[in-house]
Amino acid sequence: MADINNYTMNFGPQHPAAHGVLRLVLELDGETVVRADPHIGLLHRATEKLAESKPFNQSIGYMDRLDYVSMMCNEHAYVRAIEQLLGIEPPLRAQYIRTMFDEITRIGNHLMWVGANGLDLGAMTAFLYAFREREATMDMYEAVSGARMHATYYRPGGVYRDLPDRMPQYRESPWTRGKDLKRKNEWREGSLLDFVEAFAEDFDSRVDDYETLLTDNRIWKQRTVNIGVVSPERALQMGFTGPMLRASGVAWDLRRKQPYAMYDEMEFDIPVGANGDCYDRYLVRIEELRQSAKIILQCVKWLRENPGHVMLKNFKVIPPTREEMKDDMEALIHHFKLFTEGYCVPAGETYAAVEAPKGEFGCYMVSDGANKPFRAHFRAPGFAHLSSMDEMLRGHMLADVPAMIGTQDIVFGEVDR
Amino acid sequence: MNTDAFNKQLIEAFGDGARVLDNGRGQLTLEVPAGSWLETARALRDDFGFEQLVDLCGVDYLGYGQDEWETRDVTAEGFSRGVDALGPGRFRWRELPEAGAVENRFAVVVHLLSVSGNRRLRVRTFAPDEALPMVPSLVEVWNGANWYEREAFDLYGILFEGHPDLRRILTDYGFTGHPFRKDFPLIGNVAVRYDEDRQRVVYEPVAIEPRVLVPRVIREDSRYKADEIDQAADEAAEQAAEGGSDRG
Repeated sequence: MADINNYTMNFGPQHPAAHGVLRLVLELDGETVVRADPHIGLLHRATEKLAESKPFNQSIGYMDRLDYVSMMCNEHAYVRAIEQLLGIEPPLRAQYIRTMFDEITRIGNHLMWVGANGLDLGAMTAFLYAFREREATMDMYEAVSGARMHATYYRPGGVYRDLPDRMPQYRESPWTRGKDLKRKNEWREGSLLDFVEAFAEDFDSRVDDYETLLTDNRIWKQRTVNIGVVSPERALQMGFTGPMLRASGVAWDLRRKQPYAMYDEMEFDIPVGANGDCYDRYLVRIEELRQSAKIILQCVKWLRENPGHVMLKNFKVIPPTREEMKDDMEALIHHFKLFTEGYCVPAGETYAAVEAPKGEFGCYMVSDGANKPFRAHFRAPGFAHLSSMDEMLRGHMLADVPAMIGTQDIVFGEVDR
Repeated sequence: MNTDAFNKQLIEAFGDGARVLDNGRGQLTLEVPAGSWLETARALRDDFGFEQLVDLCGVDYLGYGQDEWETRDVTAEGFSRGVDALGPGRFRWRELPEAGAVENRFAVVVHLLSVSGNRRLRVRTFAPDEALPMVPSLVEVWNGANWYEREAFDLYGILFEGHPDLRRILTDYGFTGHPFRKDFPLIGNVAVRYDEDRQRVVYEPVAIEPRVLVPRVIREDSRYKADEIDQAADEAAEQAAEGGSDRG
């Protein structure tokens, strides 16, 4: 009898369930995965080398393009690293704004995840529901920074500008008119904070919608329960962070354990899983959606009551406003220096990490005292998660591959950098 | 446990050849020679409770502390002539700068996390041989190091002895060189395009000019030397006081 050989198959690089450009070389025994070898780097843009060739502030925009569904969290890590080296602390209001937008980002990221993962496993409707709400988080980004995704809103020393007093409204068009127009503009009568508050208050009911579609859904549970089980010891060994680690039963969240921005003032719970399978990771992320809305409401309350500066007044690092430049020679000189040369950062090294939606996003920065970083390294959670793909997939069926890629919440912008 | 006590523990445990640096922000760095890299890692995992390797990366210290633009003495010829033509990012392959003999050029930096002790530690080692940088692999201590070491090998050419599968990871199939080294040009070496005539993708030497808009400068800033200035002032005051008492 002839030998039956294992079959090697390419999954991707262009595959709708690969969540980007992942080439996964699978060795199959029948329909069982024997070995998985992810080939990454197809989206490698040398972000770190580019950052080393530019003044500090010019790389903030690159951060948005790393994990391009949780943009502001990436900026937060980078900006915090610079602030630590400079020894500056942004004003309180900026800290609250950052906390609020980190959570808005988390909601945006998890909505994308719930939709896309549902789609991978054959649940079309959740995707449509999730993207309805995700649009609102994009609008918040746009209202505050002018860009729907790549905001470049956080700056060393604060945030670029204060929250706007008016939320942009939909105008009448052949596609949006009559009752539809009224419904869409319902929350947009007041300021951005009004919009954010209305969104966050209503959000629990929206999460209920997704849960109705998925949580007790027989097909969903068949596809996720007991799939991709990771023990807490293995999760730590393989460098898991964020929801991936918490679903395995390790109660670890930087927002609580090593708080930054205003998280130590916030009241929220950290969901922890019990089995470490795909279903637990789903439940953890769903609960995080609800907790994020809770944090946002606390921030809105504080931001309403406490107006103030959102940027430090420090011309050596933060450019002066246009108005100041018009009648102050010093301000003009500082502006010129900051935009032609940037600011020099004292020599030293630091590591700043934030709890990004996908896990720990860290920035290791070495400065030799110049106006550009000597070395900037970004620790992306997805990179560590994807490296465990082989171990997680072994022994599973081919149909579980999209479930596993989905559950890891992979985004190639940050994996490849 | 505060950082001081922890600092002492580290020195006691790894005393010979190792040193502990405190960056003043509550972050400690442990520097060990490459020879004891693996034992240190094992001890840190087993005795100090660092269950997780959060991050591993390579660093190329070539040109550390060098700027491209002479800012201390003003040149009479204007901006561009004051700029060092071979500063990082300014050169092409054929005018590759000669990497001078730098002591401790390549470093491997590891960030560890202790979930049980809620503590972080940075550990660094320098590869002894600059021409063939080699450091023991940590994959057996923390399995998560696998891809990080592949990345450091790919981008910096640091070899990890004992790594089970040391292949390139981020760069293209068939790539030559280690792109994150400081003597690798920012514009790269080859450009890829689709050739209409030959009906396939072709690789060609890069045609673009290296260009830097903002030169790299290092400025002496008195604000970051407040301690030194205070100290000098104190010393001056002391001397003055002594002088005063002598006269009195």
